[in-house]
Amino acid sequence: MDLRYSEEYEAFRGEVRSFLASSWPLQGDEAELPAVEQAALFRQRAIEQGYLARAIPRSYGGSQQDPDVLKATIIGEEFARARAPGEMRGIGPSMLVPTLLEHGAEWQKERFIPPTIKGEMHWCQGYSEPGSGSDLASLKTRAELQGDEWRINGQKIWTTGAQISDFMFCLCRTEPEQSKHAGISYLLIDMKQPGIEVKPLRQLNGGADFNEVFLTDARTPADHIVGKRGEGWIVSRSTLEHERNMIGDARQTKFIFKGLVRLAKQMGRLDDPAVRQRLAELEGYIAAHEYSGYRQLTCAARGEDPGPVSLMNKLVSTNIQGMVAKLSLDLVGDGSLAAPDGSARGMFQGLRDTSGWVSQYMWSLGIAIAGGTANIQRNVIAERGYGLPRDAAAQSSK
Amino acid sequence: MDFGLSEEQEILQQTVAQFLEGECPVTRVRDIFDADEPYDAKVWAGLCELGIAGLLVPEEHGGAGLGMVDLALVAEVLGRGAFPGPFLGHALATVALLEGGSEAQQRRWLPRLASGEALGSVALGEASGSWEPDEWTPSLDGDMVSGTKTWSPAAAGADLLVVGVAGGELVLVECGAAGVTVEPIESVDRTRRLDAVVLESAPCERLADGARAARRVRDAGLALLAADAFGGASRLLAMAVEYAGTREQFGVTIGHFQAVKHKLADMAVEVEPARGLYWYAAYAWDALPDESERASAVAKAHLTDRFMQAARDSVEIHGGIGFTWECDVQFWFKRAMFDRAFLGQPALHRERAAALGGWAA
Ligand SMILES: Cc1cc2nc3c(=O)[nH]c(=O)nc-3n(C[C@H](O)[C@H](O)[C@H](O)COP(=O)(O)OP(=O)(O)OC[C@H]3O[C@@H](n4cnc5c(N)ncnc54)[C@H](O)[C@@H]3O)c2cc1C
Repeated sequence: MDLRYSEEYEAFRGEVRSFLASSWPLQGDEAELPAVEQAALFRQRAIEQGYLARAIPRSYGGSQQDPDVLKATIIGEEFARARAPGEMRGIGPSMLVPTLLEHGAEWQKERFIPPTIKGEMHWCQGYSEPGSGSDLASLKTRAELQGDEWRINGQKIWTTGAQISDFMFCLCRTEPEQSKHAGISYLLIDMKQPGIEVKPLRQLNGGADFNEVFLTDARTPADHIVGKRGEGWIVSRSTLEHERNMIGDARQTKFIFKGLVRLAKQMGRLDDPAVRQRLAELEGYIAAHEYSGYRQLTCAARGEDPGPVSLMNKLVSTNIQGMVAKLSLDLVGDGSLAAPDGSARGMFQGLRDTSGWVSQYMWSLGIAIAGGTANIQRNVIAERGYGLPRDAAAQSSK
Repeated sequence: MDFGLSEEQEILQQTVAQFLEGECPVTRVRDIFDADEPYDAKVWAGLCELGIAGLLVPEEHGGAGLGMVDLALVAEVLGRGAFPGPFLGHALATVALLEGGSEAQQRRWLPRLASGEALGSVALGEASGSWEPDEWTPSLDGDMVSGTKTWSPAAAGADLLVVGVAGGELVLVECGAAGVTVEPIESVDRTRRLDAVVLESAPCERLADGARAARRVRDAGLALLAADAFGGASRLLAMAVEYAGTREQFGVTIGHFQAVKHKLADMAVEVEPARGLYWYAAYAWDALPDESERASAVAKAHLTDRFMQAARDSVEIHGGIGFTWECDVQFWFKRAMFDRAFLGQPALHRERAAALGGWAA
């Protein structure tokens, strides 16, 4: 066990600081570029230094560094201090990229990973359908190979970010004669084509991040399949695991908790003994989740199995976010009578003001449902983690 | 960065676990639980032979020279096994001497405590929740101490008591001395029975740096209780999972019912990720002095609450049998009650964590 910041790490912090001092914000002509381009330029330089995309091989545009939580923490802290663009997160970088690294063909990795981690290519996840949510393997969207092209027909729903995505990774039924799970393939589909229609759905918090996606004779080349025909279910398990890890990431719960303490201070409630108790109780969960993450990373580095805890991250995180949400609403007080304003509707946007917290209060439910509901997580934990019997009716649960 | 156990630490845990399985299985725990004698001296002697009593003591004083992480790992295993004996008080008395004893005091006591030849304990708590050093009341008059301490673990059999006195200091009292009366308390947790200690002008010796030692003893105690709670809670979970796989109703094992299955999953989600809290608290005690006080407060508050809830859930999952004296679940249920209250309730330590975190309007 060793969590000290040794001299090596202090030196590393110095390197990161001096890199940031000379690299962000951009200077001269570069400072005139649109914000998105500035961020992309900066990210590229940070990747070259080994500060971002650390888990991704150099050949796919990453910086290929050994996993090191302390270094990652230092980078996170220093980048935040300098208000510099950090790691690209979200559906493409956090879910598709690791899936491609595991299951993708060489050309797919070369073509799709570099622009995705630079934030130049956006992805959406086409899994859920109106009739297939928790029971995902019952999905009906059909893909048929015609010549050197797939023709896709069907409907997806709750597709986050479909309206701003370049591509969708999509589960389709390609082998209808096979059993439920063995009939599914994992296709990569260009969103900018006539066969695809996107209709935004308005969420509980007023925003419209998710959509319905209608596929009518949509096309994609025959080689835009990850894994073999009929292996889509296996590939999708990998993406789903990354989604759950993304939602379960302890850095996120810690970030939200810091915001919550700030909110309590802003609202002048930190002297209230009841508020202090609830914050301190939450901190037990926050810290436990954080150290559990350290332990899982150590196990990964050593090639050891951390045990059932690796199945729990999503539920742990969404439980915590639910508790945070409840306390935040009490702190916001009468502010919760006002609808969240437009700028506060994105997830984690605007945790700094009461409107953002009202939105986050609602989001805490969205993440408890997305990526497999809390009940489905409980099934997975009990069945795979502790060997309890599988639900008779839900052998195919997501 | 590394947040995992070394091979030696894993072997240490396995060794203690095997010893308990052989010498103190749950049937033996039951005998001791129901017996008049507060613990089995033979089992404790066996543990001392393994070196557990002197784990923290430097080699020059006859110990193993290991750290709080190692001791906490042992505490987890003892918690898992519901070890009935004087481990906690002995460990804390040893910490007191290590952290605040003069050279002469260390030379006199540490070798005997490390070997288990002498048994130590602490007398810290006082009536109704006064656990913190600044709340202690016994007064000193020269080399004599007078006052009443409650909740002293296994004081009756101890040779040496480390007593918290006014001013947040610690003094050493030998149990056989005149003016020391030890009165057994009918304790809820019969695996770790408590005594009241009444001191009437009892001879004592001031610990050289008692004020510092008092805080280190408290933080060590909180980390060790958190470790015990994690061990106990994981055992309760394992017992409930096992029962759900054997007990049949409506023609299937009760683990088939999603209500049971989900309760087990929820227990696991509360307990399993919290292991690192006690690791971190113990590690901070060894290596991160600025964080130790707060980390141990958070760990104790959180894990002992999780332990108590796991005990309630486990009783429920066992049904009627779970509510009996005969069911083994009760050992851990009552250890949870001990861990939660001893050295102060979760609310006390949450308030300390809030203050230490600088949370003020
Ligand atoms: C904010 C948000 C973003 C999303 N983004 C995407 C996306 O980008 N792409 C995508 O494909 N999908 C996305 N989803 C969809 C999400 O994956 C599904 O909503 C989820 O899997 C649940 O499916 P469902 O909505 O059909 O609910 P249902 O499956 O109908 O579930 C309804 C209720 O029944 C319970 N239930 C169902 N089966 C069981 C069982 N076996 N045991 C116990 N209880 C059960 C559920 O827990 C739930 O409480 C998103 C959802 C949300 C809320």
